[in-house]
Amino acid sequence: MSIKINQDKCIGCRKCIEACPGNLIKLDNKKAFIKRDRDCWGCTSCLKECKTQAIEFFLGADVGGRGTILTFKEEGPIKHWIFSAGDREIRTIDINSLESNKY
Amino acid sequence: MSKNITVEELNTDVLIIGGGTAGCYGAYILGQDGRYKVLIAEKANIKRSGCLAAGVNAINAYITKGRVPQDYVDYCKNDAKGIVREDLLLSMSEGLNEATKNLEDNGLVILKDENGEYVTRGNRNIKINGENIKPILAKMANDSKNVSVINHVNITDLLVKDNRVYGAVGFDVNEEKAYVINAKSVLMATGGASGLYKPNNPGFSRHKMWYPPFNTGAGYAMGINVGAEMTTLEMRFIALRCKDTIAPTGTIAQGVKAKQMNGVGEIYETKYGVATCERVYGTTVENTQGRGPCYLKTDVISKEQEEDLYKAYLNMAPSQTLKWIEGGQGPAEQNVEIEGTEPYIVGGHTASGFWIDDDRATTVKGLYAAGDVAGGAPQKYVTGALVEGKIAAEGILKLLDEGNSLSDFDGAFEPIINNYNKHLNNSDSNISIEQVEEAMQKIMDEYAGGISKHYQFNDTGLVIARKLILGLFEVFEKLKATDVDELLQIYELRDRLIVCLSLIEHLHARKETRWHSFAENMTHQEEDDNYKLYINSIKEADGIKIIKRPLVVDDYKPLKFTFNEDNSINYAGGVVL
Repeated sequence: MSIKINQDKCIGCRKCIEACPGNLIKLDNKKAFIKRDRDCWGCTSCLKECKTQAIEFFLGADVGGRGTILTFKEEGPIKHWIFSAGDREIRTIDINSLESNKY
Repeated sequence: MSKNITVEELNTDVLIIGGGTAGCYGAYILGQDGRYKVLIAEKANIKRSGCLAAGVNAINAYITKGRVPQDYVDYCKNDAKGIVREDLLLSMSEGLNEATKNLEDNGLVILKDENGEYVTRGNRNIKINGENIKPILAKMANDSKNVSVINHVNITDLLVKDNRVYGAVGFDVNEEKAYVINAKSVLMATGGASGLYKPNNPGFSRHKMWYPPFNTGAGYAMGINVGAEMTTLEMRFIALRCKDTIAPTGTIAQGVKAKQMNGVGEIYETKYGVATCERVYGTTVENTQGRGPCYLKTDVISKEQEEDLYKAYLNMAPSQTLKWIEGGQGPAEQNVEIEGTEPYIVGGHTASGFWIDDDRATTVKGLYAAGDVAGGAPQKYVTGALVEGKIAAEGILKLLDEGNSLSDFDGAFEPIINNYNKHLNNSDSNISIEQVEEAMQKIMDEYAGGISKHYQFNDTGLVIARKLILGLFEVFEKLKATDVDELLQIYELRDRLIVCLSLIEHLHARKETRWHSFAENMTHQEEDDNYKLYINSIKEADGIKIIKRPLVVDDYKPLKFTFNEDNSINYAGGVVL
């Protein structure tokens, strides 16, 4: 479970660096990168900070990951969680943050 | 040329170490009063730090309609087989609903019925959208009067003289700079300890664990180092979780009423008892007796329920939804495999932590504790941690209103700064920080009841564990930090080693098995009435001293610590000889 930061999309705004509860994200050549990817908790705080969808969340192979990535986009109260494999989007789940969990 | 970290001195009335659930709320309450200067020192950034980073699925501690706070106390007491502080639990339970209302007023979405009443889940829970609960709390703290926050500063040591706290020392995790913070009172709110034991996923996903891997037991370690009394560390917490992702099971178990089922299709849900520790134990026994793996039986739920589970998990543990979607089979088609986690020390779920009085004062004058770092009151969850933050803040206000006679303690911080410089200047070694961490986790796993030993330990193994952990301290001293990021890792490891050593003594001192799995003592396999008491400990010059104290029950007069003129502790509860 970890993240990868797409260097083409990263604009070096440092928001993810500021938010990571493990201080794991650093800046190199004006681009953010995760310094120790094995130390990621998987909390997705950084995804929620990123305005350019540069951060890709994935499961390590040891916990069942096979390459699918999860990205995040916020539009008003709606949070879009986007699941993709390669360049193909598998599905999107939208959550209205004004609505409670059913469970 | 040798490295020499720069030092900046700061002054405040109240220092809060850790801006998580309890710390942020404590700051908010102090800000409501507004007369005293408050500084939160946070290792990461309070917006998403601590247990609530990803969100939370429900408010798990709430007094629902028709119930009273004493019911919650009784539930916690039964679940912990009697070893709780009923005085602490009662004052906590009395504040749960007010804290909940306060969160709602500040933006937390809570599900309501057509009459405007909260929709409950079981007897103690209410349903929410908890994805943004931490940013809400952080904003409450940030917006408070006279409260400032210093993010990305890791506090490592308390400044204590003659049992009176007068501040703390830490360093910036991004630049070579140390902070000496002088304070009249300190609220310890660092959370509990993960990473002591070899984790479920020891490889690439080693940090995919239940409790935040960044909560390293710093508060316990700082307290132990200055002689603060600790309680009930031996009541470890082991969570029953979804396999691999270590995501919560309660949402499935309570939300869609899924039962625990073994690998041959038998429901074992109530076979071993329903206390938290017994649910873990049952799953462990089913596995060791060859009837694993174990599951939550979800293959009977509807597609609509499945969609709701996807959303609920995205709001608190997104990896689980990703696992379902990536695997091509959701819980409606495939039962969810479950497993016990590695043991943690966490006072929000069990009774481990600082020994505190009714004001949440510790045995060190001026030092208070709240949330997961504070002992005696299990099942705090989010709202209980908030209430403890509030009660501690009120205790601190009382102390500050009494005035205090703090004098200057120039120079007392130097040995701490020297330690930072020592690690920054140590020479290269073939033993890395990571190696020592793995060695510690292996020792604890094998000799102090980790996953690979099915949580079982015995007296012989504990003696070996103590010796081996002590040996690691010697290696630890030689570890080199090439920068402050590595210095952070070194201090996180130090915290864990200190907690391990005290934990081993606690496990050794409770010569019974009161809680299956949480403390499965194979040398003393039965529950023993002589151990209806608290196992407490204090670190002294020659090692860790165990103190046995009698239970504080609800008809007992409220426990208030008293201090002598010279600040030494006068009364901290009775002693069992």
